[in-house]
Amino acid sequence: MNEMSGVSGAVTAYLAEQEQKGFLRFITCGSVDDGKSTLIGRLLYDTKLIFEDQLAALKRDSKKHGTVGGDIDFALLVDGLEAEREQGITIDVAYRFFATDRRKFIVADTPGHEQYTRNMATGASTADLAVILIDARKGVLTQTRRHSFIVSLLGIRHVVVAVNKMDLVDYSEERFREIEAEYKAFGGTFDFETLEIVPVSALKGDNIIDRSPAMPWYEGPTLLDHLNTIEIDGDESKRPFRMPVQWVNRPNLDFRGYCGTIVSGSVRPGDSVAIAKSGRTSQVARIVTMDGDKDLAVSGDSVTLVLEDEVDISRGDVISAPDSRPDVTDQFSAHVIWMNDEALFPGRPYLLKAGSQTVTATVTELKHKIDVNSFEHLAAKEMHLNEVAFCNLSLSSPIAFDPYETNREMGSFILIDRFTNQTVGAGVIWYALRRASNIHLQALDVDKKAHSELKGQKPAVLWFTGLSGAGKSTIANLVEKKLHALGRHTYLLDGDNVRHGLNRDLGFTEADRVENIRRVGEVAKLFVDAGLITLVSFISPFRAERQMARNLVEEGEFIEIYVSTPLELAEQRDPKGLYRKAREGKLKNFTGIDSPYEVPENAQITLDTSASDAESLADDVVRYLVQHGFING
Amino acid sequence: MLEIDIVPERRSHLKRLEAESIRIIREVAAEMKKPVMLYSIGKDSSVMLHLARKAFYPAPPPFPLMHIDTTWKFREMIAFRDRMAAEAGMELIVHTNPQGQAENVNPFDHGSSYYTQVMKTDALKQALSLHQFDAAFGGARRDEEKSRAKERIFSFRNSAHSWDPKNQRPELWSLYNTRVKAGESIRVFPLSNWTELDIWQYILAEDIPIVPLYFADKRPVVERDGTIIMVDDERMPLRDGEVPEMRTVRFRTLGCYPLTGAVESGATTLEDIVQEMLVARTSERSGRMIDHDDSASMEKKKREGYF
Repeated sequence: MNEMSGVSGAVTAYLAEQEQKGFLRFITCGSVDDGKSTLIGRLLYDTKLIFEDQLAALKRDSKKHGTVGGDIDFALLVDGLEAEREQGITIDVAYRFFATDRRKFIVADTPGHEQYTRNMATGASTADLAVILIDARKGVLTQTRRHSFIVSLLGIRHVVVAVNKMDLVDYSEERFREIEAEYKAFGGTFDFETLEIVPVSALKGDNIIDRSPAMPWYEGPTLLDHLNTIEIDGDESKRPFRMPVQWVNRPNLDFRGYCGTIVSGSVRPGDSVAIAKSGRTSQVARIVTMDGDKDLAVSGDSVTLVLEDEVDISRGDVISAPDSRPDVTDQFSAHVIWMNDEALFPGRPYLLKAGSQTVTATVTELKHKIDVNSFEHLAAKEMHLNEVAFCNLSLSSPIAFDPYETNREMGSFILIDRFTNQTVGAGVIWYALRRASNIHLQALDVDKKAHSELKGQKPAVLWFTGLSGAGKSTIANLVEKKLHALGRHTYLLDGDNVRHGLNRDLGFTEADRVENIRRVGEVAKLFVDAGLITLVSFISPFRAERQMARNLVEEGEFIEIYVSTPLELAEQRDPKGLYRKAREGKLKNFTGIDSPYEVPENAQITLDTSASDAESLADDVVRYLVQHGFING
Repeated sequence: MLEIDIVPERRSHLKRLEAESIRIIREVAAEMKKPVMLYSIGKDSSVMLHLARKAFYPAPPPFPLMHIDTTWKFREMIAFRDRMAAEAGMELIVHTNPQGQAENVNPFDHGSSYYTQVMKTDALKQALSLHQFDAAFGGARRDEEKSRAKERIFSFRNSAHSWDPKNQRPELWSLYNTRVKAGESIRVFPLSNWTELDIWQYILAEDIPIVPLYFADKRPVVERDGTIIMVDDERMPLRDGEVPEMRTVRFRTLGCYPLTGAVESGATTLEDIVQEMLVARTSERSGRMIDHDDSASMEKKKREGYF
């Protein structure tokens, strides 16, 4: 292979030249029948990317499905799905590849129908430039405006408006100028870095590659000239360093590498780095690849970093420049495109995936929807398929991000339905909300591990849940006494006691009950950090809130203990006379009477108070702690 | 050896493709419970395997390789397969449809379409269900064929392994939705954005081993209905008047030998192959008989679970 014969020398030179070509990803969009697929077919044909056998198949298919009489129907070349060819429309985004002597291109041909806007957004998310087609006979349509808006929203800075089918308006300059003015009137508001408006006929080939003799009045570049020469300023390597950790590579005890793709900036061995969420810092020791260690890796590279120190890093962490860290927040404002038939409602939980981080998210507030035609802001209570809205989101745990405008990879997310697993929305983050923003967690030297080692125990939350009167406090109290006798460090948070102090401003509405649990969960988390075995005795009737409390601490630290007592028995005991009051209607929203109790599905421990006494049930809990290594026996 | 990093500050096209594929492969390993890499022994599979090794170096890839063996592959392919799996330090699972084998389903007596259904599509579905894989890597590229151009990189399959092209999950940025329920799975195509030229260029640049059948050599062939078929073993029934003759041929694509057309060629080096490809005016799948029936045939097969 190293022999440089005549042929191989020429081929090697050719390949080296291929490697040096520029690269551009663009989308084509526009309304139905504006001729997008025909345009791409034309580009492939004219750049000689269509092979003879494909051409033969194309001629055959043109006779069967074609819409252009005896001519070759270029659209059939790209409309790959059977349903599309039958209906003559493009349903899904198709990716096409072609090259000129200057550049390689990936084109995402996106569908025009409004109902397929989500597929258009799919294509736009990875493009650097958009070609928006307009049918010269029809001028600017709603879809033109919608697509321009989405293109702008998804951060595409370069736009070409191709005014197509000029042959059908007799190549009229007047008509072209009209459309040009109409587009600029609203397109100007998007502040695209470049905006080029070109009169073309994809079908006849005018101004696609060669200048059209039929339109001598047009002095701008042809479409391909423009695509060949436009400068896309995509130099992510000059931005602050970010590498979301995708995978921790641990083949043996001597090697621990963090694998990921650098999404911005560059890195060299010896560079200081910070872990965005924990605040820990270290230095890069090695940049490992199968081709040998590198002394530089830049944005776009997929690498494996080895750090100098044993820091705790896992998937979802972002290794970043220490002097310019990403924001860490659990609340932010974002534009969301909704892609699901079922509407989005504020308050409903979805999974949010941003980089390698996946958390639970809810839209807490729909600020406004955006009318895609007038770009007006409209008030909204819910969001439907293909709508775009500006909203606030709240997350179950913080993520590291940068605003989408400054970093596409660090500022984008998708929303996934937790039950159907469908991708139901996509969003671009603008800014973190108030308190969460810019408070970087201070990494403390005396940490949880140090605290718990001193105490000789593994900290945990023992979360006792069950009906009022089930015996939670009694058992929790006994457990704490037994642990205390064993010399263990504990603290008991009791629902009623907490409501007299920390939570005395809270009532019993649903929102207050959620806040009640959230605060107790946070306090329990701090106590766990202090190395304590923390006992929490709360009715906590809803699974979602117990899950929320569980999510606050690390995996394995949350022990859900279901104190199981039949309602009749609890009501019979009624130690505080509350059931009686509830039955008399003097107490509203009482769990078990007029408010539901959701039984835990996967409690670590279930204590049946109708079968055993409190003393032996407390022993069960202590035994669990011994068996699972939280304390020594 | 071709020097790729000529201008270090400008990221080369191949490096960009390589990085994207590695990212995809790692994402699967990180998020899926039980992935497998489908290994067809062809040049695209060779590139995919190479990328998987790069993704996890110095560890071996954390998933097995699986080959659906129709029993009609070229013999050289099988030898190559075993060698590559051992070299990568990966487990190799080989599956053949036992019913098909018992009934001796073959391309000559049963026709290419039924044979492909039983020995490839059904066999693949059997193997995926048997091992309960929830993700399977495939080496398909979007430039190969029209329905592939529309397929996502992470392509969802229901519990019957079928593809619903009208209801694909939106796939934005590099945020791949990997969520599946029990029995469902995802086909993952790390080479989606590679072209045939990219593949050859990368093989050349990285010195990736490929099956020798890609290079021209004297091989026993017969010409049948305009296609040159290699007589790889004695199971191939010869028609009246057919006499195998030695011709200098090579293969642009590899599959089951009775269904894979050879081309007459003198290309004995990778450079020769690339040069031949550059002047070729016939796209690579035309050597595969499966696509000839109808241009919508690939989509149909994919809906039914074909890779």
